[in-house]
Amino acid sequence: MNREFKKETFRDDYTFFNSPHSIRRFPFPFWEDKYMYSVNIEPHTKGPAGSVYEFPIDINEHYVAEMEDRAIVLKEDPLRCQALPHMMLAQWDFLELLMTSMARDYPQWFSLTAEGSRWHWINRPLGIDQKFTFGDVGTLPCEPMEFIGRQCQGDFSLQDQRDGQLWMDAGIVTTQADWSLDFDVGMNFMEWHGPVPLAHDMRVFDRALKFLLNLQIGQPARRLNWTMTVNPRLDTSPENYTKWGADRATVTPENVGDKVHLRVELQALWRLPRSNAVLFSIRGYLIKMSELVTVPKWGRRMHRVLKSLPQELVDYKGITRYRDTTIEWLSKYDDGLPTSPGGAPD
Amino acid sequence: MTHVEIPVRVARIEMVADRIKSVRLMRTDGLPLPAFSAGSHVLVHLRAGSRTIKNPYSLAGPLHDTSWYEIAVLKAENSRGGSRFVHEQLHEGAQITISPPVSLFSLDLRARKHLLIAGGIGITPIMSMAAQLSELGAPFELHYCTRTHASGAYLDALKEAYGSRLHHYESARARRIDIERLLPQQPLGTHLYICGPQAMIEDVMRQARDAGWPTQHLHAEHFAAPSGGHPFDVKLLKSGRTIHVKEDESILQSLEDAGLTPPYLCRGGACGQCETSVASCDGSILHFDHYLSDEEKQAGNKIMICVSRLKGSRITLDL
Repeated sequence: MNREFKKETFRDDYTFFNSPHSIRRFPFPFWEDKYMYSVNIEPHTKGPAGSVYEFPIDINEHYVAEMEDRAIVLKEDPLRCQALPHMMLAQWDFLELLMTSMARDYPQWFSLTAEGSRWHWINRPLGIDQKFTFGDVGTLPCEPMEFIGRQCQGDFSLQDQRDGQLWMDAGIVTTQADWSLDFDVGMNFMEWHGPVPLAHDMRVFDRALKFLLNLQIGQPARRLNWTMTVNPRLDTSPENYTKWGADRATVTPENVGDKVHLRVELQALWRLPRSNAVLFSIRGYLIKMSELVTVPKWGRRMHRVLKSLPQELVDYKGITRYRDTTIEWLSKYDDGLPTSPGGAPD
Repeated sequence: MTHVEIPVRVARIEMVADRIKSVRLMRTDGLPLPAFSAGSHVLVHLRAGSRTIKNPYSLAGPLHDTSWYEIAVLKAENSRGGSRFVHEQLHEGAQITISPPVSLFSLDLRARKHLLIAGGIGITPIMSMAAQLSELGAPFELHYCTRTHASGAYLDALKEAYGSRLHHYESARARRIDIERLLPQQPLGTHLYICGPQAMIEDVMRQARDAGWPTQHLHAEHFAAPSGGHPFDVKLLKSGRTIHVKEDESILQSLEDAGLTPPYLCRGGACGQCETSVASCDGSILHFDHYLSDEEKQAGNKIMICVSRLKGSRITLDL
């Protein structure tokens, strides 16, 4: 765990890449050679050492660079971080969860000492040393969700639970796969999932909501979701569509390996104890096609999944324009051999 | 669903009013207890003879000290065992287990004002709500109805903490809450929260609806205590087993006693977790839950096995 944080960018010159260690631990989302929706929720419990599931909050080699990218996004567009007034208690819940997890699991980087409500937080990689009073907003430089959200990888949304529904009433979202907090804030679970094709008919959201409403304290759950992104860009938001949408037309047979990325979201769902709100943490991982095929099983399977993906999902995930080029490139890495079940490398 | 059990020790038992004992619980493994939201409850697991009774009790406090929880238990006349056990057998030092806190009765923090109404032992979830609102600086009134002064648990502490925001009514002295007068005095955007005897809840909710309050502004703690009834048999479709449900046991309890592990959460007919499909039955289902809709209850093909029963001799469940 004593590796350096990489200096890299997720915009302009796009110097992001994964180390071999980072490739091996990538949460490859396809457990068979095809993909369809399922309520693929499992307990968010401790996984093998070194895996992205080792700790509830995963901090990796991209930490510092991702936080720098978040700061740029927030500076340009403060509405990426919003909380309705009744969510203050949930904001403190959120801060408590992140600080206690990070300090416990990464003591070399973070420390938290608490004497009653007097807290002291140190973040060494980002050079932050903050004393504050838990529950007193005035003792922090900004509201608690923003304060800790600027120091943790992943996007976060906080859902208020009332009237048998979950309402997205707060969040800090700068690395999203083409959805907008500013648009969704105040919506309920069914409303913000309105645009998703096919899944409504499958009653996926009814079942998922029922599960979430009964989510228990101390028993978080997780699922993987995925899409594809051209260039290692974290901020693929509707707000900035003009900056990245056209990139989809730049994929050529020569540059697929470097330009086309699989983007996987490790979504964890947590009951927050003091507010009874539900936290969604949406932790994104990017991997280049050229990195992905270094694991032979993944190369084979990625090719097969893309080939058999239903057209509605191809369009919804925004990969229509470069799907065929990518399939063609991946075909070199699919020798037709069978793949083993599950997502892990062989 | 995995059911986490938190090991606790009974640190203190106190008479806090006529027939009401408070029980203070502290963790035995040295870890902090989970923080909880106002209005939450825990399931307290009590070993009474060969049975384990799991009853829901609201957490009276404290909101911030994670070293202990306090519940208050009324000695009920027709106790199925939990309340009697707490009053007659549970002693300081006893080691028991509890579930993590669950919230089915929450504050809506968007409210412009909060109107809290408690009847008798219903004060326990309302206490944590008042504490939370007070801390947040949110406007609230607390209306507390008891039979006598002596039957009002925590009365002095509440007076001390909330002063004129506390309104106390003693029915034995013919002082009763005047809902009809109280409701129109509230500003628009007020939310009402009530916990108390079922008849009181129904009466207040009806009056509020009649006065035009939006249903989303009305919140009640609906714990159906699993009441007893006539015994009957449950046939299980998948295993073919038949299990007898005694007059003083719920279906869920009987299945657990027989070694089965059906899903459950609140054991009070509120959360929906133990919803079970009914294949057939030779009588009528007595629905005591607050989860199924009236149409679903009428249809008779679903049952909440934690509280509901059969008026008949045999019911076949898809389990």
